[in-house]
Amino acid sequence: MITKKDVEHVALLARLKLNEEEKEMYTRQLNDILKYAQKLQQLDTDAVEPTAHVLPIKNVFREDEVGDHLPNDKALANAPEKEGNYIKVPKIM
Amino acid sequence: MAQWEAVIGLEVHVELKTNTKIFCNSSTEFGADPNTHVCPVCMGLPGVLPVLNKKVLEYAVKAGLALNCKIAPYSKFDRKNYYYPDLPKNYQISQYDLPIAEHGYLDIELDGKTKRIGITRLHMEEDAGKLVHQGNIMTTPYSLVDYNRTGVPLIEIVSEPDMRSPEEAKAYLEKLKAIIQYTGVSDCKMQEGSLRCDANISVRLVGSAEFGTKTEIKNMNSFKALQKALEYEMQRQIEVLESGGRIVQETRTWDEAKGITVSMRSKEEAHDYRYFPDPDLVPIVIDPQWVKEIEESLPELPDARKKRYIEEYGLPEYDAAVLTMSKEMSDYFEEVLDEYPHPKTVSNWMMGDFSRILNANQVEIQDCKVAPSQLAELLKLIDKGTISGKIAKTVLEEMVETGSDPGKIVEEKGLVQISDEGELSRIIDEVIAGNPKSVEDYRNGKKKAMGFLVGQTMKATKGKANPALVNKLLAEKLQQ
Repeated sequence: MITKKDVEHVALLARLKLNEEEKEMYTRQLNDILKYAQKLQQLDTDAVEPTAHVLPIKNVFREDEVGDHLPNDKALANAPEKEGNYIKVPKIM
Repeated sequence: MAQWEAVIGLEVHVELKTNTKIFCNSSTEFGADPNTHVCPVCMGLPGVLPVLNKKVLEYAVKAGLALNCKIAPYSKFDRKNYYYPDLPKNYQISQYDLPIAEHGYLDIELDGKTKRIGITRLHMEEDAGKLVHQGNIMTTPYSLVDYNRTGVPLIEIVSEPDMRSPEEAKAYLEKLKAIIQYTGVSDCKMQEGSLRCDANISVRLVGSAEFGTKTEIKNMNSFKALQKALEYEMQRQIEVLESGGRIVQETRTWDEAKGITVSMRSKEEAHDYRYFPDPDLVPIVIDPQWVKEIEESLPELPDARKKRYIEEYGLPEYDAAVLTMSKEMSDYFEEVLDEYPHPKTVSNWMMGDFSRILNANQVEIQDCKVAPSQLAELLKLIDKGTISGKIAKTVLEEMVETGSDPGKIVEEKGLVQISDEGELSRIIDEVIAGNPKSVEDYRNGKKKAMGFLVGQTMKATKGKANPALVNKLLAEKLQQ
């Protein structure tokens, strides 16, 4: 059962600002999602191996060879603020 | 007085020496212009697909084996979620419940005693970017972000809380660094940040079985800083507890300039990283045959090499330990031995004057201008009697500065030892004639005057006189 407090906690971790109405709404919606997921738990999975990935593939690797880089202006194209080659961000503690 | 002891565990991050990042083909080269070694994958742009660098896996397995870990047959990557501007995706790809290696150990030696320190786990992850502050993190008005380091491969090595003093923690870190360096998977340069260390520390009364509340210390950039920070923090915790207070679980940063630890986060948002398997990366299934191949490719590690130095070269344990602590030093030592097979003499020079001169010049042995064959040459000149040991130190200083051959320096500066009896005899006669008072003192039983006359002779020859011969000739002449 998800409480409003859980929603506030997760919102803080995700840096989301929610108003009271939204908090109520997300509490309800998240509980609906969890309830649906709980249906799956009724399945008997005793004979099923835990899955870490949905596709039956493993060991996909690349060789250690340098490729192309983004030019600095492209790399910073989405940055709200920049200074020289850097992205500028508010001080964060 | 109550007896306190520390309980310390270390988390060490080591940057792997690959050409490219862990999940993309951007370069890992250190010192490039900011935000130029980046690509859509490490910038965290939407729709990209990370793919594991096979070399990273190989190096992680290699390091794990060198630290006596068990290599996991099945391993995977997870997302560690947190918001911080050094991480463009807002999550770090790391390993949570299925790390690549676990249950290892290494042995440290302190005061002649060996102690085994457990290694809980070793896992692979991507490095975060670098934040550049104006001044320090507490007072900076804003920060600048460089994502070149984002995605550089790391292994994180977590120890058991097995260390009981700051000295043990330092010894552990030194040993860990040595082992990793020997395997060649990392440079382990603390100044460049390719080896970074965080410490968890609590204190308790000796004999107590329970752990106290711990704090985490960050920002220790050298072995010395680690030891000093832990000494400070241990004392701080003891004082809090003895005055009836309690320890707050928190992260503290080491302030090198002030020599204190400072609380970083007043309200620690509990480590709530909401790990979950990264759906972009597929699981890793390790072939035992491949692990065996990597194990066979491991070079001789510090403990084995130290043992060989004691048994094969007959070196004292102390010498063997100091020489093998750094792979560069140890390799250099062996190269000198190839041309000058007298281990103890070479060891004395390397641990003594050579190290002293290198330190004074602030140069590491691997960057030094003196080739091992040149040091061997210098030692041969002493054996041949061409120069005295004392002059050899002067020559070595010159060698470190210029990289010239010892023979050339000796010749150019006219430092050849005077072992010609006739020539020395003449000089001594002059010294005797010029110092009648000392000569009289000596003949009246003041044996100390002899030392003064030897010194005057050395001075007259600018230190080049063969000391043994000076003593012999002087004694003979004074008897007359």
